[in-house]
Order: sequence, then C-alpha cells, then structure tokens
Amino acid sequence: MELSLSTRAEGDRTIVEVGGEIDVYTAPTLREQLIDLVSQGHQHIVVDMERVEFLDSTGLGVLVGGLKRVRAQDGSLRLVCTQERILKIFRITGLEKVFPIHATVAEAVSAEG
Amino acid sequence: MATVRLEISPTPAHVRTARLVAAAVARRSGIDEVLLDEIRLAVGEACSRAVGLHRMHSPQTLVHVELTDGPRFTVVVTDAVPRDLAPTELGLTGAMPDPVALVAASAAGTGSAEDAEIAEDSIAAGVGLALLAGLVDDLDVVSAPHGVGTAVRMSWPLTPPAAPVRGAVRPFL
Repeated sequence: MELSLSTRAEGDRTIVEVGGEIDVYTAPTLREQLIDLVSQGHQHIVVDMERVEFLDSTGLGVLVGGLKRVRAQDGSLRLVCTQERILKIFRITGLEKVFPIHATVAEAVSAEG
Repeated sequence: MATVRLEISPTPAHVRTARLVAAAVARRSGIDEVLLDEIRLAVGEACSRAVGLHRMHSPQTLVHVELTDGPRFTVVVTDAVPRDLAPTELGLTGAMPDPVALVAASAAGTGSAEDAEIAEDSIAAGVGLALLAGLVDDLDVVSAPHGVGTAVRMSWPLTPPAAPVRGAVRPFL
C-alpha cells in the first residue's frame, strides 16, 4: 500500500498522520513533509503511526532526521504507536530510547515539551 | 534449486517488488503467518542494502534474489559489488550506530539540515544489517558463490514445532 500523509493542528502541535508503507521507496516523501513543516515553523510534531503497515531502516532514518531538525529549533517529535510489529523495530534498533512513543494522539499532545 | 529467482534493477521501487514476491512465495510455501512480517522486513533490508550498493558502484547490473521453499524457506540476496571495498562501505559491519549518541550530536552541534541528513544516512546504512541480525535467527553473510559480490542468506522454518502429545512422557533433555 502506498504511503498516505495528512497533517492537522492541535494547539501548538502539528499532527502528521501516516498510513501505508514507509520504505526505501516512499521515505523521501515523508522526509519532504517533515522538512516543509519545520521550515514553516511547526516545531512540535506528533507522528501518528497507527495506520503504518510497514517500516524499514530508511523510514527510521527519516524519523531520526526529523527529530534532529525539530530539536535544532528547540522543538519536539513524538510518535504514536501501539502496533507490536512496529514497536519491535524501535526496540531492536534502540530507537525507543530516542523517541517518546505514546499510545494515543491525545497523550502525545498533552505531553510536556 | 531455487523455487523462484528474481533479478531486479537497482531501484527503490523494486525493493518493494522483491518484498511482495518473497511474501507471496513464503505464504504459498505454508509458512507460519506470524513470520510473514519478519520475512518482508528482512528481505526489504537485504535488498535495500544491495540496491544502495549497486546504485553507487554498479548501477548497470542487477541484484539477484533467490527464494527456495524447502526444507526451510530460504532467501538469498546477492549483490555484484566487488568485495575489495571496506566493510563499512559494503554495509557489512552489522554494527548498530548508537541512536542516542547520533541524536545528541546534533543538540551540541549546529543542528543544520546537513547534520540531519547525515543522521538519516547513518541510520539507514548502519541499521539495515543490524536490524537483520536482530530479526533473523538464521542469517549468513558470505562471498557470492560465483564471481564478485556478497550473498546475504536467511532462512525460516517451514513447519512449526510439533505440539507435545497430551499425556505423553517427554524425556528430560
């Protein structure tokens, strides 16, 4: 399934809802989206991954790049994910230590910082 | 002999092609459904690595993918990039970059877009094989059997372990 992306604002947070497959083929589209958001001044981003069906190392790289971009603006990047198959990838790579991962968008939006 | 053999041009779109074919062949071979996600991810990572290398060093040649459905479901992804490059260039160190250090570096550094791109590439290059190693119990990375290149071989069991028979006395091993 192709990548789908939609964004909306909740307070000072920008929610990016991602669906489908984030892989070596589609990751550049997500990268562009994150770069656009940061360059437009959206520095607190929540990436909702509940509808992501596939994530590979290229996708992980784009998320890490996004995190670095928002941190350079004193911003934050939080993930929303409860899918075990996706969480497993964050555990194996140690990236669970880098990203705040929340169970719901509401929880991510109300988190400090 | 391979059940299905694919040759893909080194483009990201065909990493997905290989993934889809591998999942289809695996499903047909009767593999446990719970392994399908792992197979798709592992084949994707092995092909991403090979495609990335071919794009840099050997863009005109094809990446080989062989799928065999017995006695185990086996996938071999073979690139054609000469092995005289450094292991890091071949993506063979299998070492996971420390994600905490990688992200922290930008907090102290300039935080430039270039910095972010370096982090993206480091994760994609360094994590691929390490992620494979973390996922796949049976993984071998060897010289390609014919000619130049590297073969990444992975396999998964086709039949789940038999359930213990009710009431049977199992020898203490």
